[in-house]
Amino acid sequence: MSHSKEEHHCWNCGEHSASERAARSLFCQFCNTLQAPSPDYYRFFSLPKTLAIDDEALQQTFYQMSRLLHPDRYGRRHERERNYSLEATAILNDGYRVLKDPVRRAEYVLRENGFQVGEQRSNEVPPELLEEVFELNMMLDELKAGDDDVIPQLDEARDRFLAMLDSIDTELDEEFRSHDAADDDGARMASLTAIRGILHRRRYIRNLIDEVDRQLTSRNA
Amino acid sequence: MDLFQIDFGGQASKKVLGIDLGTTNSLVAFMDLTGPVVIPDPAGRNMVPSIVSLSDDGHSYIVGDEARARLITRPDHSVYSVKRLMGRGAADIAGEIKLFPFKIAEGSESVLRLRMGDRTLTPPEVSAQVLRRLKANAESYLGEPVSQAVITVPAYFNDAQRQATKDAGRIAGLEVLRLVNEPTAASLAYGLDKRNEGVIAVYDLGGGTFDISILRLHEGIFEVLATNGDTHLGGDDIDNRLLAIAIEDASSEWGRDISTIGEAVQTFRQAVIAAKEALSFAPEASIEVSYGGKTYQRSITRNHFESLIKDIVDRTLAPCRQALRDSGLGPDQIDEVVLVGGSTRIPLVRLAVRNLFKAEPHTDLNPDEVVALGAAVQAAILSGEVQDQLLLDVTPLSLGIETMGGVVTKLIHRNSTIPASASEVFTTSVDGQKHVLIHVLQGERELVKDCRSLARFDLKDIDPLPAGMTRIEVRFLIDANGILAVSARDVRTGKEQSVEVKPSYGLTDEQVDAMVKESFDKAEEDFRARQVREAQVEADTILSAVEKAKANDAWLLLADEERATVDLAVNQLLAVYHSDNHRLILDHIARLDEATVRLAETMMNTAVQDALKGTKI
Ligand SMILES: [Zn+2]
Repeated sequence: MSHSKEEHHCWNCGEHSASERAARSLFCQFCNTLQAPSPDYYRFFSLPKTLAIDDEALQQTFYQMSRLLHPDRYGRRHERERNYSLEATAILNDGYRVLKDPVRRAEYVLRENGFQVGEQRSNEVPPELLEEVFELNMMLDELKAGDDDVIPQLDEARDRFLAMLDSIDTELDEEFRSHDAADDDGARMASLTAIRGILHRRRYIRNLIDEVDRQLTSRNA
Repeated sequence: MDLFQIDFGGQASKKVLGIDLGTTNSLVAFMDLTGPVVIPDPAGRNMVPSIVSLSDDGHSYIVGDEARARLITRPDHSVYSVKRLMGRGAADIAGEIKLFPFKIAEGSESVLRLRMGDRTLTPPEVSAQVLRRLKANAESYLGEPVSQAVITVPAYFNDAQRQATKDAGRIAGLEVLRLVNEPTAASLAYGLDKRNEGVIAVYDLGGGTFDISILRLHEGIFEVLATNGDTHLGGDDIDNRLLAIAIEDASSEWGRDISTIGEAVQTFRQAVIAAKEALSFAPEASIEVSYGGKTYQRSITRNHFESLIKDIVDRTLAPCRQALRDSGLGPDQIDEVVLVGGSTRIPLVRLAVRNLFKAEPHTDLNPDEVVALGAAVQAAILSGEVQDQLLLDVTPLSLGIETMGGVVTKLIHRNSTIPASASEVFTTSVDGQKHVLIHVLQGERELVKDCRSLARFDLKDIDPLPAGMTRIEVRFLIDANGILAVSARDVRTGKEQSVEVKPSYGLTDEQVDAMVKESFDKAEEDFRARQVREAQVEADTILSAVEKAKANDAWLLLADEERATVDLAVNQLLAVYHSDNHRLILDHIARLDEATVRLAETMMNTAVQDALKGTKI
């Protein structure tokens, strides 16, 4: 699918958009019918490619675009326009889900830049956590063996991991800013590499907390 | 649906109905100038019990209140609570079916069929009978044919259950413009004249299902944040508790086991429901049954009743807490709670809700009607009559695919705003492979065996290439009805890839088409029958008026030939009265009307003269 202005003709009235901005618009500037939507979330939300995002503004845009695009608004329209409305609203909702969450947003940008992100890599223990993880596994084993005395220690470990999560989120925030401030591609890619590392650690800790929660609830049940 | 519209000569109404297709009762509503209103049946009743019975001659279906008595007299011809069976397979409901007197027809392995008299019907076909009744009620109330509707479903309904509901609509001759989740619909009805900012929780305890939804209201947008529920928890379960003790009691009193006698069980069921309803208003009620020449009576206190159902009420709380967690909110952040469903009249239920959400639940709208009213609002949104409101709903269950080792990989998570989509790239693993089979599941668990199988999608006619060379991007799209569609394309060629759908439960498109056709023939038949019936009613009116007029002095004042003309017209009308052509009847009504003009004038004159003489008319 091409988005260059030369090729963008309205499917309904056949007019072609003169300016690039108009060509990117979801609606034909001549007949106002809905056009095939772009699957790029940043472009869809008309946002600059930054990692730091104004949550409030994003939500307002989401509501505004929902009003314009939702299939409920196209009940009595041409079938092609109805399909575009379904497609566009799916992209709107998928995009909003991704962009409003800093982790998913960062993963999205990483993927767009050719980085591999995913669960497969989350099994490697980040080296700085080796000792903590070793101790935690011992405690979980004891709990499984029926030793409830270990529960207070587990609760403490859980709190420590939660605190780590908080500091990771601060770290992520800072790295987002340096990514957005990067003046050249080299600096930007370096920043993305750092972000990937932070996300990996974050995912690992998140999984640990979930595991502790699971064991504790199954113990209580 | 075009068929249907063409049949009415393009006069099909633009009105869109809002339908609450409930486990126990169903309602139809529409938006008039003042707001949403429930449409009553010709006898003035707002609720149509979701009961369908095949007539003794096997030619027609009896629906609603008229079918209720037949649950006792003709249990083998009658079906109720069919909503519990929608979108489910025979093996799937083996445990539950024991509670129902239904007979599952043979050959129900792939598609569940119920035996009614000498017919077998799928659950969507049974539901379609209820829908046709609602549609007919609406048409006679509005005085015009209607062909489009919004139908509500429990928020926690899965894909197959939603598809089955949509099928039922099609079979009933209705184009289903949207399936709306019941609690969300309720919030629409409620939100019309209420506060339009804030967070509300909708607690919906229906006849057979329980839903909880948390919504944020913002400038006319109703955004569902999270939903949860249990599709096998409802007022029926409460009835069953009372039923169990009453039947056990009566069995020992009467010295015979009555739990196996369908007729007796139905009689007792109706008695305990009456007692349950009384207990919402009185501290004590009585269960009274007469059956087979015997009578049974016992009183039950509200305290005892509450101890019987406490665990059922408690079971609704876990989904509430999960929905709160998923919405990222605490109970104190809920501004208002709305109650939906007849069972929320039970004081213990209200108490539980009040305690959990720390808010006084709203009860100003009738909990039996609020869902239908909301469906009518959504219908008006779709038809463009209402423009300042918009519903953003979510998918209640995560959607995933089977991967290596029987594990489910989730692609779209529960509580994602719909429409929602996800893409996944599949490659071939063997040289020359021409098929890829994708198994799609719904549910929150990790393993395939613990999730619900939706369908298998067969990517066919793949170019036979060395393993790994072909890459196919598959797109999963959940539409605004919560129903999944799958499409695929070859990444290398960009060519659209054909996908064959094999639903795990439910009907294929071809099966539904056949049922639509069959019911269309019947719908036309029904429509004609109704026109004839209406003409006959009109004939009755004029015939009885003429009969009365003949007793009047005026009749004797007419000339002989004038009297003969009237008599002839009466006889001609009587002759066509039983014809199946309503036009013929209407035509003869018009002639009789014409023939009696002189009679009417003479009556008027004598009445005036009588009045001048001071006598009573
Ligand atoms: Zn145009």
